[in-house]
Amino acid sequence: MAQAPAIQLEGVTKRYPGVVANKDVELTVASGEVHAIVGENGAGKSTLMKIVYGMVRPDEGTITIEGAPVNFRTPKDAIDAGIGMVHQHFMLADNLTVLENVILGSEPRSGVMIDFEGASERIRILGESYGLRLQPNQKVEKLSVGERQRVEIIKVLYRGAQILILDEPTAVLVPQEVNELFDSIRDLREEGHTILFISHKLDEVLSIADRITVMRDGQTVGHTTPAEVDSRQLAEMMIGSELPSPETKESTVQEEVLLDVSDLAIFSESGRPVLEDINFVVRKGEIVGIAGVEGNGQAQLVDSLLGLAPTSTGSINLAGKSMVGLETRERRAAGIGLIPEDRHRQGLLLPSPLWENAALGHQYKEPYANGIWIDKKGTREHTAEIVRRFDVATPNVDVPATALSGGNQQKLVVGREIMAGPVVLIAAQPTRGIDIGAQAAVWEELKTARAAGMGILLISADLDELIGLSDTIHVLFEGRLVAKLDPSEITPEILGSYMTGAEEKKAS
Amino acid sequence: MKSGRLLTSVVAPAIALVIAFGFAAIALLLVGIDPITAYKEMWVFGTTPESLIITVNNAIPLFVSALAVAVGFKMGLFNIGVEGTYLLAALFAAYVGAQFSTTPVLHVTAILLVAVLVGAFWAWIPAYLKVKRGVHEVIATIMLNYIAFALSAYLFLNVFRAETAGLTIATDLIPETGWIPSLNPLLTALGIEVRAGANLHGFLVIAIVLGVGYHYLVNKSRFGYDLRASGINPTAANASGVDPKKMIIRTMLISGGLAGLVGIAPLLGFYHQYPQDFPRNFGFNGIAVALLGRNSAVGMAFGALLFGFMQRSALILDLRDVPKEIVTIIQGIVVLAVVIVYEVVSKYVQRRVIASAAAATDFDPVTSGVAA
Repeated sequence: MAQAPAIQLEGVTKRYPGVVANKDVELTVASGEVHAIVGENGAGKSTLMKIVYGMVRPDEGTITIEGAPVNFRTPKDAIDAGIGMVHQHFMLADNLTVLENVILGSEPRSGVMIDFEGASERIRILGESYGLRLQPNQKVEKLSVGERQRVEIIKVLYRGAQILILDEPTAVLVPQEVNELFDSIRDLREEGHTILFISHKLDEVLSIADRITVMRDGQTVGHTTPAEVDSRQLAEMMIGSELPSPETKESTVQEEVLLDVSDLAIFSESGRPVLEDINFVVRKGEIVGIAGVEGNGQAQLVDSLLGLAPTSTGSINLAGKSMVGLETRERRAAGIGLIPEDRHRQGLLLPSPLWENAALGHQYKEPYANGIWIDKKGTREHTAEIVRRFDVATPNVDVPATALSGGNQQKLVVGREIMAGPVVLIAAQPTRGIDIGAQAAVWEELKTARAAGMGILLISADLDELIGLSDTIHVLFEGRLVAKLDPSEITPEILGSYMTGAEEKKAS
Repeated sequence: MKSGRLLTSVVAPAIALVIAFGFAAIALLLVGIDPITAYKEMWVFGTTPESLIITVNNAIPLFVSALAVAVGFKMGLFNIGVEGTYLLAALFAAYVGAQFSTTPVLHVTAILLVAVLVGAFWAWIPAYLKVKRGVHEVIATIMLNYIAFALSAYLFLNVFRAETAGLTIATDLIPETGWIPSLNPLLTALGIEVRAGANLHGFLVIAIVLGVGYHYLVNKSRFGYDLRASGINPTAANASGVDPKKMIIRTMLISGGLAGLVGIAPLLGFYHQYPQDFPRNFGFNGIAVALLGRNSAVGMAFGALLFGFMQRSALILDLRDVPKEIVTIIQGIVVLAVVIVYEVVSKYVQRRVIASAAAATDFDPVTSGVAA
C-alpha cells in the first residue's frame, strides 16, 4: 500500500531581494524514514527548513504533509500539523526544570492547576521508549549539551510531533553523545516517526540516513541513498565538481630566496625561550608548511615576522632586505602579507562595511589610499573586484563584515591579501572553520599565487592541507623547528608523531 | 541602509528629546509648576535674536570640547582631561597674548598657537604615561584635571595676575589686535537686527573649520581610518600596521590641541583677559555633547546648540521662580536617553542589516553562532 509521503515539496521557491534562496525545490520524505538534507553553508538548507516549519513562507510551490496540502503561516501551524523542530541552538530556560521546560507553552491542566504528575509520567514514558533518559525535576542549567538536546527532542515529541526536523544536531555533541543521539533517532524511526536530518557531516549522514537529498545553490540537485554513494561522491554532489584536494601538481619552486629567517629567537620576560634556533627559507614559488600542535610557538613566529612582537635575536630578511627593527607597517609595505589564524581577532573590523575591511592592512597605499586620504571610490571598486574574483557571497560591499558567513569572511581576507600581491604571504590556518567549497577556493588561490611566484608560509593544523600544499614542511615543537620533511614522503601519521615530539629529525 | 541611517541619526535623538522633556515635565509637576507654561516661556525667551546669539556663543566652546573628546572616543581613548586642559591653555594664551602687540591676524594666530601647544602638552602627559607605563588614561586625565585646577590657580594668582589692581582680579588685558572680532556686522549686513550686548563670537568661523576638519580627519583620511580601526578592533589594527603607541600619542596630542582651543571663544571674543571667574565646565559638558552627537561633527554641533539653548533659556525660569536646576536635569536626562535610545535603535538597525544580508546569502547568523 502506497502511503502518502510525510513531507512533499514541489517547486518551492523563495526569493529575497537580489537572490533566490530556494529555487524549484523538490523534496519527498517518506513516512517513517530518516531523510538527510546535505549541502554546504549557503546552499539553502536553513531557508528550506524554515519553510517546512512555517517560519518563512515560500513565494511559489506547494507543500504537502501526510498527503494534505498545507499553507503554514507560523510555526504554530506546523506544530499543529505534527511537525517539530530541534534547533541547533537550544531554546531552553536554564533556571527551569526539565519538566517545566517541556511543558512550557502547552501546560497540561487539571482544573486550574497544572498537572505536573501526569506530565512527569509522560516524559518518563517518552524518555524510556526512545532512550532519552532525563530526570524531569533536574534544572536545565545542570545538564550537559547532549542532555539539553534530549530535552528539546522530548519537548517536540511531547507536543505530538510525528515529523522531527533536526538542524545540525551533531554540531554541538561529542562523539559519544552522537552515538546516543543516533540510537534515539533509530528508536524514533522504529516507532514510526519521520526524521528530517540536516547536516554537512557526510560520514554521519551516511551512517544514519535512509535517503539523502543534496542541495546546492538553493536547489535540490540530487537524491540518493547511503548504499549508492560514499562520502567522497556525496561531497562531490554537494559542491558540484570534483572534490578539491590540496595536492599541488608540480613544483614551482625557484632558486631565489624570498624570506630568510635565521637564528631567530624570542625570550619571554622571565628569560625562557619561546622560540629558539628558528632557521628556514621560503623560496620564490614555494609553499613552506609549519606543522605543530597549537601553542608550540606558531603565534609568536607570526608576530615576530610581522614585527608585532619584539624579536630577541636573529635575522629576518625579505628579498634580501632586513626586517629587523622595522615597524609592522614597513614590513607590510615591504611585502609581507597576512592571513591571520583568527580572522575575527586580527583580520576584520566586524561592524565596519566590507570595503573598509578590504583596506585593512593596505590602507596606506593604492587603490585604497590617495595621498593622506582614503580613496573610498577606489577601495569600493577594488572590494567589488575581490568579491567577484574570490566569489564572496554578499549583497554588496557596504554590509558589515559581521553579516557574512565565516567562509565568506575568510574569502574576503584571502582575496584582500592575495590581490595585494605580497612577496611572502603568511597563511595561518587559512581554511579553518569554513566549508568544503570555500576551502577548495582558498586552496586554489594559494596554488595559483604559488605558481605566480609568491612565497607562502603555511601554518596549519590540518595535516592533509599541510602535506598536500607544502613543498617543504618544518615541524615546530616547543618553540624549535625539530624536523624538516619532504611532504611527498610522509603521511599524516608520521607528521603527527613528529608534532608530538615522539620523533625528532634535526632540521637540515 | 538609508532608512537605517535616518533611524539612528534623526529618529533616535528625537525620541530621546521627547523622553527627556517628558521626565522633566514630571519633575516640574512635582515642584508644582505647569510644565507647558514653563516650556513655552523657555521657548519664547530662548528664540529672541539676542538669545539665539548667546545660544550659539554658549555652544561654541562646548562644540570644540566635544570634538576634543570625540577624537579620542573614536579610538576608544577617554580623555576626561579637557576641563583642566582648556583652563590651563586659556590662562597661558591670555598671559602670552597680553605681552605683545602685532598685526591682528598674526597676534590672534600666535595666541591660538599657544593655546594649542599648551593643550597638546597637557594631553601628552597621560598619553606618555599610558604608552610607557600602562597607566589608564581615565585615571591619569582625571588626576591631571585636579593638578591643572591647582596649577592654573597658583599661576594665576602668583605669576600671571595683572599688577595694576582693578576691580576684578585678572590677567593683563590683551591688546585689541589680539581680539577676535564679533560677527555682528555680518549679521547686520544680512539684515538681522541685533541689540547691543549680544555679540556673536567670531571664533564661530574657526569652530566650523575645526568641525569640518574633524569630519575629514576622522572619516576620510588614512589617519582617521587607522583611528577608527584601532577603536573597533585594536589587535586587527595592530596587525594591519597601526602602531598602537604612536596612535595613542598622536590622538591625545590632537585631542589636547583641540581642548586648548575650548576657552578661546570667550577669551578673545568677550573677556580679552583671563578673569578669576573664567567659565568652567566646558570640558565635562563636552563629554556629554560628544555622547549626544555620537561623535559625528554635525551631531555634536546640534548637541552643543541644544545645550547652549537650554543654558540660555533657563535664565527665564529664574525670573519666574522656577528652579533653573530643572534644565540641568533635562540635560542629564537627554544624554542618558540619547545613549539608551541610540543603543536600542542601532541594535535594531544592525540586526535588520545583518538579517537582510544573511537572507541574501542564505546564511543564518543565529544558528551559526556569529551573532553571539
